[in-house]
Amino acid sequence: MKAAAGAPREAQVLSRTDETADMFTLHLRLTDARARAAYRFTPGQFNMLYLPGIGGVPISIASDPDRRETLDHTIRAVGRVTRVLAQLRAGDSVGLRGPYGRGWPMHDAEGQDLVVVTGGLGCAPVVAAIGYVVARRERFGRLAILQGVKHSADLIWRERYDAWARLPDTRVRLAADKPDHHWGDHIGLVTDLLDEVQLRPDRTVALVCGPEPMMLAAAGRLARLNVPETRIWVSLERGFQCGVGHCGHCQLGPYFVCRDGPVFRWADVGWLLGTRGF
Amino acid sequence: MTSASFLPRDRLQALFDRLREQGYRCVGPRVRDGTVIYDDLTDAANLPVGIGARQAPGSYRLTHEGHSRCFAWANGPQALKPLLFAPRESLWRAVRHDDGRMRFEPTAQQSRQLAVVGVRACDLAALTLQDAHFAADIADAGYASRRGGLLLIGVDCTHPADTCFCASTGDGPGIGSGADIALSELESGFLVRPNSAAGALLCDALPLRDASDDELYTAAAELESARSKQHRRLPGRNLRDALFANLDHPRWNDVAGRCLSCGNCVAVCPTCFCSTEREEAAFDGSESTRVRLWDSCFSAEHSYLHGRLLRPDTRTRYRQWLTHKLGGWHDQYGRSGCVGCGRCITWCPVGIDISAEAAAICGETVEPGEARGTREGS
Amino acid sequence: MTMPPKPPAIGARRPRLAVHKFSSCDGCQLSLLNAGESLLALAERVDIVHFAEAGIVDEHAEADIALVEGSISTPEEQTRIQAVRSRSRWILSIGACATAGGPQALRNLGDSADWIASVYRRPDWISALPASSAIGAHVPVELELPGCPVSTEQVLAALTSLLAGAAPLTEQDKVCLECKRRGQVCVLVTKGEPCLGPVTVTGCGALCPGLGRDCYGCYGPAENPEVATLAERFGDLGLDAHAVARRFMYQQSGAQPFHRAARDWRQRARPAAPPAPGAESGAAPGPQPDGSTDSHD
Repeated sequence: MKAAAGAPREAQVLSRTDETADMFTLHLRLTDARARAAYRFTPGQFNMLYLPGIGGVPISIASDPDRRETLDHTIRAVGRVTRVLAQLRAGDSVGLRGPYGRGWPMHDAEGQDLVVVTGGLGCAPVVAAIGYVVARRERFGRLAILQGVKHSADLIWRERYDAWARLPDTRVRLAADKPDHHWGDHIGLVTDLLDEVQLRPDRTVALVCGPEPMMLAAAGRLARLNVPETRIWVSLERGFQCGVGHCGHCQLGPYFVCRDGPVFRWADVGWLLGTRGF
Repeated sequence: MTSASFLPRDRLQALFDRLREQGYRCVGPRVRDGTVIYDDLTDAANLPVGIGARQAPGSYRLTHEGHSRCFAWANGPQALKPLLFAPRESLWRAVRHDDGRMRFEPTAQQSRQLAVVGVRACDLAALTLQDAHFAADIADAGYASRRGGLLLIGVDCTHPADTCFCASTGDGPGIGSGADIALSELESGFLVRPNSAAGALLCDALPLRDASDDELYTAAAELESARSKQHRRLPGRNLRDALFANLDHPRWNDVAGRCLSCGNCVAVCPTCFCSTEREEAAFDGSESTRVRLWDSCFSAEHSYLHGRLLRPDTRTRYRQWLTHKLGGWHDQYGRSGCVGCGRCITWCPVGIDISAEAAAICGETVEPGEARGTREGS
Repeated sequence: MTMPPKPPAIGARRPRLAVHKFSSCDGCQLSLLNAGESLLALAERVDIVHFAEAGIVDEHAEADIALVEGSISTPEEQTRIQAVRSRSRWILSIGACATAGGPQALRNLGDSADWIASVYRRPDWISALPASSAIGAHVPVELELPGCPVSTEQVLAALTSLLAGAAPLTEQDKVCLECKRRGQVCVLVTKGEPCLGPVTVTGCGALCPGLGRDCYGCYGPAENPEVATLAERFGDLGLDAHAVARRFMYQQSGAQPFHRAARDWRQRARPAAPPAPGAESGAAPGPQPDGSTDSHD
């Protein structure tokens, strides 16, 4: 679905989930029934959430694309807009534009092994893709889900990881750089875990999302494991404002990240991401 | 030599009168504040008659030549861009009701049809690029509305500035197919060539006669002379690979030592399209307007991401501008984003010359099929 | 581009607003007073507890948001700003004096004791600090809005944002960008005027170039201001070194990038005397080695 540039539509907060001290999920519902019926998205796309008088912010859609009634957005309250979004309660309204961008290559990935490597809140842009795979488990090969956090207290969705770990042919590993004493999983970087899952490089598709240094490290590790750069996909962020490649804030070399991405093949963007100024 | 009609100079007013009768708001070049700007124009006498312009890096001075020509200057700081990609535009209005509900209304308005007289070839080429950006598969409502009602009357550029290099980019100095009517200014009047149905309709209403062979020959010769007067050039039509292969070139530091990071080059560039959005909120929070403003890749906000700037300094900002303008555009729009108008050279307060910077960074990268000898105008 | 800190959590009651004055001309307070109907709207949303220009005086009142005008120029002010800080949850410095020391910071370029002695018959009656400085040099400040005077629209927009619970956005763009947005013609390129637009933050709406005048930088340096490069350009335009220095010696001479340019070009202006020891060191305000007092022209 290609969203037009234009005014936002009203969405109501049906409910919210507090994930951690500063992370929360808004479960939104477009108020207009027709808009709701017409709304389609693919995993990895994002919406612009907008508060009148304050501004807008791009947030990836974390819910299942098949669940049509609500759109989930998991947000960390760190900026001036997200801090106000964090004050929203059930019944409040926001403006919503989207969906925007090009999502994960779900069709290309069918029949392939999948390794999902995420860091911090990088799990949010990928969770819809995991949900998509889990709902169609038989269409995909091995599934490995690797999530890393800095502090163990930052880990969200523990119960989902536990549930995914019980699926057939599915491995889930979690890593914390600074764990508390209850932490029972890997201590260190999430990229370390790539050596532990038995990748079949020629039939693996990697979905990577997190801070850019983490994605650089993950892509480097995957390349050393002989996964071709065309099979490594990353989701990027830039200062999206319009969402349709008009405002130019998201330029990355030859790309508009909001329109040509946010999901890219590493082969296309890896050469720019290590370069200061891009 | 194509055929053309001739409009005597003393009948030029008929063009403005017919445009008005056909319902157009008419905009054209006028002298203001020491330069030529495009503004409402209904009287041919208000054209820049007898005016020339001396342009150099960082300098623009009008001259009074004493002739009767109206278009004997290359360009001013702006032409079509602000008329279509508005420097400031309301996108939508948000209204918040007492019960907390919100309503959003688009604010783009249907615009009246607009005729622009005196458009240059470089600006027509830039318009094609702005169309590709703003009016392709995802159209900007305001831009598309204004573009739909636009009638373009181009004039061949016979007096290029010292800063012009449209011959090198292949975008001028003659009017190609982008205008509804192409004019060539001669001493005694104008050659007139319609190039669209709307243009033909207008021409039918003008007091034209057939152009003579002499007139056609003179116009062609003046154009050829304009081409050969241009001494600046880019080192190739496609510098993408050369630029991206030279991201660590020492010249980026060198130019950063001369650049003010002020964004004037971006603002006067007829193809630059970046914008930023702001809120204009009522004090009581009841409503708010989303406003879009021209932005620049030299501004801080342009590279703001999660509390830091991806491009904190002049070196990375200038490099972003040049690698995009002459590099990334090839991927995005199939050609360079430079049309050779030279405005970024003239209107740079310190006179930085894009052609010199590109040459220093890329060297000579003339690609196959564009050997130097076959370059237009050489 | 920095993020201002979180707005104060106010809760259900009406927020309290104070407007304090330090060394200044009151012009910034007048800007607020000139807001007209918006000021009435403001008064409906906040309790104005102290605003001398508006006739409300209680300088010891506690406030959620304090607007502070003026620079710290005397020992008394040095003490009073600490008291204002302790009674204010969110401080918004407004205007060139409060954000950079104002025109009175010109004395930072000379020896203020000499000045006082040359102006007043009884210098011992004058109680002044050797330098005039910004509020932020004395106490932590949550947000600064520059300008001489501050823009009414900017102050109201900042308050609107704060009352909506969001940190205000501050203007970052240079005067040149706003000048071009308004379709104004560059006075530097067409007339060779020594315009400070390329290094000055907008907020004024590019007012002076719109009237055919060169910007004199009253909003102060923008982010990433290439002041040294522009000063060289002024030299190329034909300004002598004195004149180049003076371009940076109006209301914003206390802002570091302008202060450095003024200092450097005054040194260049000096006739070929042997270089004074330490002449190139440090950017701190202080007396000139030759004790020159040409900064008030």
